[in-house]
Amino acid sequence: MTLAANRIVEGAGVAAWNIAPASVTVPGIVAVLIGLTLGMSANRTRLRLSGAVLGQAGLLWLLMQGAPALLDGAGDYARVSPAVGFWCLLVVLMLLMADALAALRPGPLQRGALLAVVLVVLGAVLWSGALSDLSVLKEYAGRRDAFLSECMRHLGLAFGSLAAAAVIGFPLGVLCHRRAQLRGATLPVLSFLQTIPSLAMFGLMIPILGWVGDTVPGAQAIGIAGIGFAPAFLALVLYSLLPVVGNTVAGLAAAPAAAIEAARGMGMTPGQRLLRVEFPLGLPIILTGLRIVLVQNIGLAVIAGLIGGGGFGTFVFQGLNQTATDLILLGALPTVALALAAATVMDILVDLARPARKEIS
Amino acid sequence: MIEIDRITKVYEGQIAVENVSMTVETGTITVIVGTSGSGKTTLLRMINRLEEPTSGDVRINGDSTRSVRPHILRRRIGYAIQGHGLFPHHTVARNIAAVPDLLNWPRDKIRARVDELLALFSMDPAQFRDRYPAELSGGQQQRVGVARALASRPDLLLMDEPFGALDPIIRNRAQEDLRRIQQKLGSTIMLVTHDMEEAIRLGDRVAVMDGGKLVQHGPPAEIITRPATDFVANMVGDVERPLRLLSLIPVIEVMEDGRVEGAALSTQASLRDALSACLWTGRAEVPIERDGVLVGRVTLDAIRARIGSHA
Repeated sequence: MTLAANRIVEGAGVAAWNIAPASVTVPGIVAVLIGLTLGMSANRTRLRLSGAVLGQAGLLWLLMQGAPALLDGAGDYARVSPAVGFWCLLVVLMLLMADALAALRPGPLQRGALLAVVLVVLGAVLWSGALSDLSVLKEYAGRRDAFLSECMRHLGLAFGSLAAAAVIGFPLGVLCHRRAQLRGATLPVLSFLQTIPSLAMFGLMIPILGWVGDTVPGAQAIGIAGIGFAPAFLALVLYSLLPVVGNTVAGLAAAPAAAIEAARGMGMTPGQRLLRVEFPLGLPIILTGLRIVLVQNIGLAVIAGLIGGGGFGTFVFQGLNQTATDLILLGALPTVALALAAATVMDILVDLARPARKEIS
Repeated sequence: MIEIDRITKVYEGQIAVENVSMTVETGTITVIVGTSGSGKTTLLRMINRLEEPTSGDVRINGDSTRSVRPHILRRRIGYAIQGHGLFPHHTVARNIAAVPDLLNWPRDKIRARVDELLALFSMDPAQFRDRYPAELSGGQQQRVGVARALASRPDLLLMDEPFGALDPIIRNRAQEDLRRIQQKLGSTIMLVTHDMEEAIRLGDRVAVMDGGKLVQHGPPAEIITRPATDFVANMVGDVERPLRLLSLIPVIEVMEDGRVEGAALSTQASLRDALSACLWTGRAEVPIERDGVLVGRVTLDAIRARIGSHA
């Protein structure tokens, strides 16, 4: 753990066994050690899983007990945060857990339940205030209202741009699927958009939308300006188009040629063919495209903070300006959690969309 | 009755089908046979307007196929293709129900029709209704494909190499099934194949295509005994001609009275079967039975005489 005099200066490291009386630290350390040992067993997946969970519980225990113990008598501005050792152990244990879970091959519904359990546990730990002495949560306590509004802003940017990209991208994908010429012209343009570095893209939006806001009557009234929500949103939509259009085209092309021929031969109209055959068969690939977009946009929306777009990026860039690591983490950690949760949910949807195709034995 | 009237298809200056006319009687199987590139598949696809004819007309029961829009026309014409073309994401029942569904049949009528067809193709409805195509064997997939094509009781069933992807034993069975079901339902079928054996076995009429032209159209026996061109003779195969002809003649035609020893053939058997039995047992005659009762015999001399009458 790191103890610092205030939120800016570099803190001093405190070893795990020194943060609190031995009666408190020993159970935590022992739990971590046992967890690591169990987690190493190569064959017994369930044992590995329980080891990883036990280890993480041990870490949590040390955090919960250590933070108040260290702060006790250290001054009003003192800050406690987990140090490198904690993060390393956390990563190792989480990798062990992910690996064990993957080996267990849970079905889509089980994975959904698992995600819900993890979120509930995480929520309960944060809600209970057991960790509220940690520096990151101190930053949160000071910005409760801002955090909530930036969170909504972030979700709005990520999901809103996803929805907009889907609304534009699906019809464009269908048209590209039908007409090879359009496909040849569209996909390279979208690929080019994808190669523009994100910072440059957000930067480019400033003069373009600034000009639009100044010249088009009424544009400013609906919030179009060089900085703010609109340019960030537009940049995210542009980034999203390639995965959406590309995967729609690939998904629609995935239907077996014989099935398409049969659909034509039995008298389906092009629209019926699209809705009844091509779209359902391509759905897993199309949803995979949406998954890429969602995870990518949750991450990219952080950059939006730079041009006043709001979202968790606001905290990250404030933190960078003030060299306050905890503030950066306050922006970064929820982003990571959000992206992981979104990826898991989308993976479940992709699995559910896959038709039951058991091979005959 | 299907009338094909001077139909021609030209692709970018290349003539695929040239001025083909033929008439298909209701309730018969017409097999269009030819090598690849002979235009046989194009001819078939012009009937349900998957290809638009460059000139000429097709009439089904007197109505021109041009009088309705293509997708409406196709719902009245069954279509079965090589490799079945089943929808992998739909169950067997939903696959078979595809065309009735497009025609907005009531739900219980569709269900009854699906079960009726599955039973007709010797597949237990309770067992197969809810399976997916990937859970079926190749022969079962092919049967579901044909059942789907027959589901809405179409005026006409078009089949493009429907048995091409099956192994020989299953193909034999599928051909017998098709014959049986066609006779039971009285369907009108046009079937494309490159296999003359299949054409002779299945066709009431055989149409031979070569280079986009219809070179001969007639009953199988006529194709075998009086090939119109060298190409047709070649397709039939000189060496196998007598055997193919024998396979078309039922034993009943040359059966005589008299009892002989040995394993009996049924009255449904062909002279080819009888010849084969004689050669295998080393005897000059073979007994014939109907429903387990001996009714007569067929002799080698009679077979020889029957073939000799064509030479």
